[in-house]
Amino acid sequence: MDEKKGRFGEYGGQYIPETLMAAVQELEAAYAAYSVDKAFQEELGELLANYAGRPSLLYFAEKMTADLGGAKIYLKREDLNHTGSHKINNVLGQVLLAKKMGKSRVIAETGAGQHGVATATAAALMGMECEIFMGKEDTIRQALNVYKMRLLGSKVNEVTSGTMTLKDAVNETMREWTSRMDDTLYVLGSVMGPHPFPTLVRDFQKVIGKEIKAQLMQAEGKLPDALIACVGGGSNAMGTFYEFIGEESVQLIGCEAAGLGLDTGQHAATMAMGSVGIFHGMKSYFCQDEYGQIAPVYSISAGLDYPGIGPEHAHLSEISRAEYVPVTDEEAVVAFEYLSRTEGIIPAIESAHALAYAAKLAPQLGKGKIIVVTLSGRGDKDVAAIARYRGEDLHD
Amino acid sequence: MTRITKAFEGNKALITFVTGGDPDIETTELLVLEMEKAGADLIEIGIPFSDPIAEGIVIQQADERALAAGCTTDKLFDMVARLRQKTEIPLVFMTYINPIFTYGKERFMAKCKECGIDGVIVPDMPFEEKGELQEFCDNHNICLISMIAPTSGDRAAKIANQAEGFLYCVSSLGVTGVRSDINMDIAGLIEGVKKVSGIPCAIGFGISSPEQAKKMASISDGVIVGSAIVRLVAQYGKESPAPVSEFVKGLKSGISTVSE
Repeated sequence: MDEKKGRFGEYGGQYIPETLMAAVQELEAAYAAYSVDKAFQEELGELLANYAGRPSLLYFAEKMTADLGGAKIYLKREDLNHTGSHKINNVLGQVLLAKKMGKSRVIAETGAGQHGVATATAAALMGMECEIFMGKEDTIRQALNVYKMRLLGSKVNEVTSGTMTLKDAVNETMREWTSRMDDTLYVLGSVMGPHPFPTLVRDFQKVIGKEIKAQLMQAEGKLPDALIACVGGGSNAMGTFYEFIGEESVQLIGCEAAGLGLDTGQHAATMAMGSVGIFHGMKSYFCQDEYGQIAPVYSISAGLDYPGIGPEHAHLSEISRAEYVPVTDEEAVVAFEYLSRTEGIIPAIESAHALAYAAKLAPQLGKGKIIVVTLSGRGDKDVAAIARYRGEDLHD
Repeated sequence: MTRITKAFEGNKALITFVTGGDPDIETTELLVLEMEKAGADLIEIGIPFSDPIAEGIVIQQADERALAAGCTTDKLFDMVARLRQKTEIPLVFMTYINPIFTYGKERFMAKCKECGIDGVIVPDMPFEEKGELQEFCDNHNICLISMIAPTSGDRAAKIANQAEGFLYCVSSLGVTGVRSDINMDIAGLIEGVKKVSGIPCAIGFGISSPEQAKKMASISDGVIVGSAIVRLVAQYGKESPAPVSEFVKGLKSGISTVSE
């Protein structure tokens, strides 16, 4: 893969307005320098260890394993990180990079609010001005996160264009960056967008897979048979997979949101139902119509409610190195409840998509095999919504 | 000589933009003809896109209205074919890379040729990615129009060297939309281009009055006006051809006082 041009096979690239090219090239140059800068890496390592709480646990889900009666299930506990998800890994890297670049302001999109909260947190820590763009629909679904971001000192801009969800938040953040780039860095939340973001975000997230490898080697003395992670843009999945791409025996499985079902039109299953397109700076797979209009997508999970997927995932799928499976709202909610009851861990509804598929795969793989599921975030933010899904009259 | 080159012959070119299919295809068709009569030298027709990241709120909403009214790429091709029976004014499509890519790059450019489109402007396809479309444009003599921005720096000369038709010079940072003040050093940007290329330079983004048009025309080969026209279309809908015509006449008189 020719990473110099930001391509993963034919996917990736830099499809952005001319005005933004200078900003993206500035980031590219800064990242090339700092990614090999020892002092930068040490400072980031320090933040990950003493602020984010890394390494995160690799937890053997013994009761779940016994109950499912098949492969051993381990959970990579990204939910235990500071701010409650894997998003902190990336934002600490990007906000530190922004600071080294001499920027004083960061902007970011957010869907569920996890990336927004993480960015606001890192900005507070590092003394940067911060503005978050969030679709109006999502500000309603995740009202508590909106308040958290404000509490952390960030401004939250409600996005009312288009479908008022994650893709529109990305549009608006790109527009904002186009108008102000001298003091501002766009801290993108996933392995998507124009080069160098897919590479840079993956590099900041690959710590997940590195830790899994070392921790499992210590616990079991071998590699896992399958890695499972949920996929919206795909950052926790890419971070989980990357270390294992060369380990052909390890199955890599991404779980995308099938919403109400693939045949209902109400889903965000980009790989299952989408086609190749060019949007948000990258060539990849998108949910779109015959004229290339980006389709409105739906998922119970605001974090997976995105009509595209990172270009490296598109490439891994094309070369059959990873597979992508759809998981419905209902299956995810059942898994959300199941893990809460069985292990005493309330997962993010995003991560519950991965758990749902793990529950299917464990008996199929059978005993003696090992599955690692990345628990990308904790479920506190979702409790009220799941209660409502189950018909309870509960509000945040 | 191509139709686009002719637009810049002997005068400062007035380039106007409308979003295709807003409020409906029939009105767009009328608007094109009225703008030509009012003095436009080249007309850009926007193929609406669901997520126009380079546009400000005025054109975003026009795209939403057009799509909601059922506008499609095919309907605009048909409209252009009808217009070509009536006018020889240069017509270019402005749209995002995805509608072209998804339609089929070869098929899209072949259709452009067939119905009489002269060029395409693709705001989310920078110089480094133009290989995506170049050969397909070349196959059908469709002019692939390049853009430069105040942030282009050293890249501006490189872009200008390979530019076709005219060079779209973005006046300011940010997205399209009406601005009361354009304060970037656009004159310096154009002077840099002129040192390396004879390509006509037209300034766009934020031009909304005859005075601004005059000022921008004095330092370039033409001006592009979009959001200010689309705003009138939003206000007057099907009745917009008359006020748009008046407005374009005003712009034309503004720039025709600028000597060559």
